Amino acid sequence: MRNLVIGGVLVGLVVLAALLSFVWTPFDPVKVDAAHRLLGFGGENLFGTDKFGRDLLSQLMVGARTTLYVGVVAVGIAAVIGTPLGILAGMSPRWLGEFVMRVNDVVLAFPALLLAIMFGAVFGADTLTAMVAIGIATIPSFARIARSGTLQVMSTEFVLAARAGGRSRLTIAVRHVLPNISGLLIVQASVSFAIAVLAEAALSFLGFGTRPPTPSWGRMLQESQELLTVQPRLALVPGVAIAIAVLGFNLLGDGLRDRLDPRLAAKV
Amino acid sequence: MTLSVTGLTVSSLVRDVSFEIAAGERVGLIGESGSGKSLTALSIMGLLPEELRASGSVRLNGRELLEASEKDLSRLRGDELAMVFQEPMTALNPAMRVGRQVTEPGRIHGRRQPAEELLDAVGLPGTARAYPHQLSGGQRQRVVLAMALANEPSLLICDEPTTALDVTVQAQILSLIKTSLPAESALLFITHDLAVVASVCERVLVMLAGEIVEAGSTREVLTQPKHEYTRKLLDASDLETRR
Repeated sequence: MRNLVIGGVLVGLVVLAALLSFVWTPFDPVKVDAAHRLLGFGGENLFGTDKFGRDLLSQLMVGARTTLYVGVVAVGIAAVIGTPLGILAGMSPRWLGEFVMRVNDVVLAFPALLLAIMFGAVFGADTLTAMVAIGIATIPSFARIARSGTLQVMSTEFVLAARAGGRSRLTIAVRHVLPNISGLLIVQASVSFAIAVLAEAALSFLGFGTRPPTPSWGRMLQESQELLTVQPRLALVPGVAIAIAVLGFNLLGDGLRDRLDPRLAAKV
Repeated sequence: MTLSVTGLTVSSLVRDVSFEIAAGERVGLIGESGSGKSLTALSIMGLLPEELRASGSVRLNGRELLEASEKDLSRLRGDELAMVFQEPMTALNPAMRVGRQVTEPGRIHGRRQPAEELLDAVGLPGTARAYPHQLSGGQRQRVVLAMALANEPSLLICDEPTTALDVTVQAQILSLIKTSLPAESALLFITHDLAVVASVCERVLVMLAGEIVEAGSTREVLTQPKHEYTRKLLDASDLETRR
């Protein structure tokens, strides 16, 4: 319960910042203002300004959009493709299941960052290619989790009973398998979300993600590095934001799992 | 004949098993663990594990089941053929409310029955909104039974339905099976408990190492066993002392 609340608050904070940025930011996040370069905490600019005089808080708020966008799309791609594949692999005859999982292993061999850099080189580096690449690279973890959960559920008597009751395979997959592996999938989604957020930050840091001048937490970090010793604030602000988002999604996933599983919910 | 099984063979685990059950007849299938009782039941249901194949013939109301397609079997299962499993703790989907589970067999076969009515019939009023983990083992087995009986099957197979329950609950479930099974339904009752057979079944089949070694009326088999194995089973049980 505590996890759910803390996670919810942290994620809520990020979502709120992102939503608010559509209608209001303290300053124009991309406006260069040489007169107000490198201002510190406090003052008119709450988190100060960067080397171009852009307001850090405004950048952070707009950057939250990019972060959520990437996380939702990447995890969405992975979950929508990976979960049915995993369930299919777990429910079909052994040879077909093995085949799906071996193909899965091949995809698993490509790390998300490498795939994203490859995609960036081929299709041009921007937010879209980054999140599609991260999404594709995350499919195998969903497929694996879904399959192992499915195998476990398929060996239970209630699936045998469901078949004895005349239920079709599709019904069993949707009614019996999916609800019973949803806890696993939610945890996987929250972990993947956190990883996707980090991966986007890393890609933007490397110059393969969000293109300037669109604010992104990863790019804010990258731009901060040359002034790291004199202005650690520039790295601290996006760094803490990334940490909050990652922690928030992890806690939210844990809390949701405890909440959604009727067996665990009884103890909460 | 409701059910007629001829020469049923499942690799070397079940060998040349033949028996018949008429409408309304209650037949027990006894034998030790690993004697092939459950495999016999699963082959009738067409639910054998992927790697096992059954040969021979299983006919339900004259229709051959072993060669039937999965689709045809699904249509029969839960409607004309129903099964109650041994372990009530795992026989219900933990993520689905009891009321929803109990009405599923009806919904699949195009009938609408109120969950409350089905649950009332097995002595569980007011449990439709509960999740399985909130019920005791005996209550869950009642739910399973309600699901199996929902469509008034012409054959009900019970695979050791009381083994996982304590003695008092066992007696309740047995009397529930006896009273709520429609008179024209056939029953195949698998157990290793001779006392249970004596209380439920009119006829009994004794299975040993995949073969039926003795068959006859319950009274005959339990009082004048012909096969040595049946005698051993009787000696090992406390049936006499309980009477």
